[in-house]
Amino acid sequence: MTVTNVLFEIGLEEMPARFLNDAKEQLESKTDAWLKELRLPYKDLKAYVTPRRLAIVITEIADKQPDIEEEVKGPAKKIALDKEGNWSKAAIGFSKGQGKSVDDIYFKEIKGIEYVHVNKFIKGQPTSELLPAFKDVFLSLTFPKNMRWSNLNLRFIRPIRWIVALQGSEVLPIEIAGVHSSNTTKGHRFLGQDIVLNDASEYQEKLKSQFVIVDPKLREEMIVQGIKNIEQENYWQISIDADLLNEVKHLVEYPTVFHGSFSEEFLVVPEEALITSMKEHQRYFPVKSSTDKLLPHFVAVRNGDENHIDMVAKGNEKVLKARLSDARFFYEEDQKQTIDQNIEKLGRMVFQESLGTIADKVARVVRITKNISDLINVDNQTANNAVRAAEISKFDLVTHMVNEFTELQGIMGERYASLFGENERVATAINEHYMPRHSKDNLPSTREGAIVSVADKLDTIVGCLSVGIIPSGSQDPYALRRQALGILQIVNDQRWNINLESLFEITQDIYESLDVNTISRAEIKANLNEFFKARAIFLMKELKVDHDAVDAVLTGGIGNYAFAIDKALLLTEKRLDESFKNVQEALVRTINLSEKGTDKGVNEGLFENLQEEKLYKKYQEISGPFEAALEKHKHKEAIEILSELAKPIHDFFDNTMVMTENEQVKANRLSLLNKIATLIFKFADLTKIQWKQQK
Amino acid sequence: MNIQEMILTLQKHWSDQNCILMQAYDVEKGAGTMSPMTLLRSLGPEPWNVAYVEPSRRPADGRYGQNPNRLYQHHQFQVIMKPSPDNIQDLYLDSLKSLGIDPLKHDIRFVEDNWENPTLGAAGLGWEVWLDGMEITQFTYFQQIGGLEASPVAVEITYGIERLASYIQDKENVFDLEWTNGVTVGDIFYQPEYEHSKYTFEESDTDMLFNLFSTFENEAKQTMDKGLVFPAYDYVLKCSHTFNLLDAKGVISVTERTGYIGRVRNLAREIAKLYVEERERLGYPMLKKEAINNDSN
Repeated sequence: MTVTNVLFEIGLEEMPARFLNDAKEQLESKTDAWLKELRLPYKDLKAYVTPRRLAIVITEIADKQPDIEEEVKGPAKKIALDKEGNWSKAAIGFSKGQGKSVDDIYFKEIKGIEYVHVNKFIKGQPTSELLPAFKDVFLSLTFPKNMRWSNLNLRFIRPIRWIVALQGSEVLPIEIAGVHSSNTTKGHRFLGQDIVLNDASEYQEKLKSQFVIVDPKLREEMIVQGIKNIEQENYWQISIDADLLNEVKHLVEYPTVFHGSFSEEFLVVPEEALITSMKEHQRYFPVKSSTDKLLPHFVAVRNGDENHIDMVAKGNEKVLKARLSDARFFYEEDQKQTIDQNIEKLGRMVFQESLGTIADKVARVVRITKNISDLINVDNQTANNAVRAAEISKFDLVTHMVNEFTELQGIMGERYASLFGENERVATAINEHYMPRHSKDNLPSTREGAIVSVADKLDTIVGCLSVGIIPSGSQDPYALRRQALGILQIVNDQRWNINLESLFEITQDIYESLDVNTISRAEIKANLNEFFKARAIFLMKELKVDHDAVDAVLTGGIGNYAFAIDKALLLTEKRLDESFKNVQEALVRTINLSEKGTDKGVNEGLFENLQEEKLYKKYQEISGPFEAALEKHKHKEAIEILSELAKPIHDFFDNTMVMTENEQVKANRLSLLNKIATLIFKFADLTKIQWKQQK
Repeated sequence: MNIQEMILTLQKHWSDQNCILMQAYDVEKGAGTMSPMTLLRSLGPEPWNVAYVEPSRRPADGRYGQNPNRLYQHHQFQVIMKPSPDNIQDLYLDSLKSLGIDPLKHDIRFVEDNWENPTLGAAGLGWEVWLDGMEITQFTYFQQIGGLEASPVAVEITYGIERLASYIQDKENVFDLEWTNGVTVGDIFYQPEYEHSKYTFEESDTDMLFNLFSTFENEAKQTMDKGLVFPAYDYVLKCSHTFNLLDAKGVISVTERTGYIGRVRNLAREIAKLYVEERERLGYPMLKKEAINNDSN
């Protein structure tokens, strides 16, 4: 069988860089699936993407589908033959329909019934006739944003301008949106010429000769190498941000790295603002010294070659200068406004329609901050700092700088607060109150920062839930999930000795006094518990706690989150621990049986045997120390104390019939079991655990 | 090349592409897109190719003539082609060449930028065009206008004249740009920049402006009820500019802001609908004309 190479390339007006990685993957997986469905064997396939083209090269594809023999099932034998044993109309029709005659029929049994079968020969189609349907693969690519153009109804990522479709040296006829395939592609928009391709194998090389690097991996390597060269020549440090690199490589067909400078006088502007200006607005890589100090240089990537690169660098310097002048102007203007003047403006900024302005929010956060400080018992100095930080936590939102660079909220707050003479811990807390900003971000390092951060997040979550905003699916406009995760992480990190529910309470108290709730307090509380429980489960799984252990410790609510983690980790261990099998069985059996009744009080006079007495005694003996261990969050000690119940429980069950006919005695025994079960539940619901001990 | 020559060059370039050369529209507006020559004419099935310079007022950007980059009023060169021609990017790049910008000596890029104007219920997909890192043009395929689907699709090219000139003339301060021989932007616009800034931020009569907004809004509605599309649209533009003046003065709170934008958007939507209906009632005169022209060719 002969094989050929195949190339499909679709030329478009510049596609958004952010969609190209996914487009490449889709192109490869969808082409592979399509060729498999067509039963067309091939050696290899590879997709190429640039801003202006989506292409795929398939090597050594068979020139036709293999012929196949296919067994086709027909009607049942009793329908295929009439009483005289002659072929029925059904049988004749079936064989004809398959291009065969009744002579080709044989019988085969399927689940005890005989059916008519024929062997059908399917001749493989020539590949050249199948490939033009590749159009459908192209059009099945999905993009987050599509558009229409001219007077066409097609929606696609960007307007389609040319199509190359080649099998060997032959053009495959394809037409999309009025564009017909040919063997001619385009080179670089400015540096290249049109190129006639004679075979897919020439694709990469011929395009390279016309200044198009079709393989994004090679473009990336060229950029990285270019940056490294500049780094070495100048003794600079250039950290290559992965997202920026990914975007930049998809903005060019032929990358050339160059560098430029800006005036040192701009270095008075906070580094974060300069970096944002360069990275986000201009797609430049910032440059640092070997001592990690920002230098007045930048590195950028041009879509073209080395020629006239000085002119390009000069142009870019001019643009950056204008942007940095703006930044410096904002920075200087902002310092002319006092913190109080800024805070005044917060009353005009809406936080959320039902929850009022940012000023309203700040007022609540201050109250919550005070309550948390009381709850976790901090010294006066810390409490005062936290309140001050809360009061001015949002003042930077109305500064020019944050207006221009929203991602600098908090960072500018800290900077300006220091300039205005706020103490260092207050300034730090302003920045830290936004932490963690994303899943991998640091947590607040100061107690003040932690308190205000939790207060701010609590306010947002309780507030939103109070007016019926609950995240669902991908809908989470106020990032409530992330903020709940943040609260749990901070509470754990700071080792605050509090129940999570008490944080809800102090916040709900404030909301109740403000009368903004649209649903009942009890319902909001239930939603809060549910919402945080889901986040706790998520976080604990990341700590390698088994799912059932998480379930067991969270059944009665989260309580003290750090303690819940400790308990869950311990249970994750114990569920495999052979020596715990005996204890676990006793405790679980107690819980299970206790569910047949309730605690109506234990009457010792109704005890009928020694084992009952002993168990009750043991229960009374350990209750106090057990509760004390829980109080002190000593998870190991607590479980050791519970373990003391194992022997008396086993002895009790071995000698006592709980579900006896005497109702009074039965109720008394169930009451005892319920008391013990209640105790166990204070640790965890052990029935939720899938015990995995051997034997 | 001075600004006057730039404008003449662009006019010649797009005139050669069969664009109607239009003059600026005589009602205040924030962008060339808001001229009825773009906003209304981009709707419906009739072909439409037009180019014009549009003075664009952005009260909030007023800086008393002190900022080298920001202006109360700047100039846009606006091109609309409907339906969008297949070679539109090449036509555009040729226009840059005619301005003396050699792509081989620069870095020209089409960077994704999806344009949206909620006030006009308009949205489009396209790019900002970068010249050595500077945004010099907004390039947009309209997808929706006044809440209506744009079909066929018009392409809009908006050059920022001062931006482009600062590059071509290599000037850092917009007021130093040469408009024509010996006359700078500063000579012509410094005084109005200062005075408009002072008026906008300090002297404007807020109550009067609020009253005007309501008056213009009512007149727009009333005129619309009579089926008079273009006069009604003029009042929508006046509403929009009045809102911009109030917004720049900082007398509209965030909540109110949404409300005002919503009011202008509703008007724009209704007018867009009315325009399409009127054109249909008139039998799409520009379509007929195209058919006749094609026959005679």
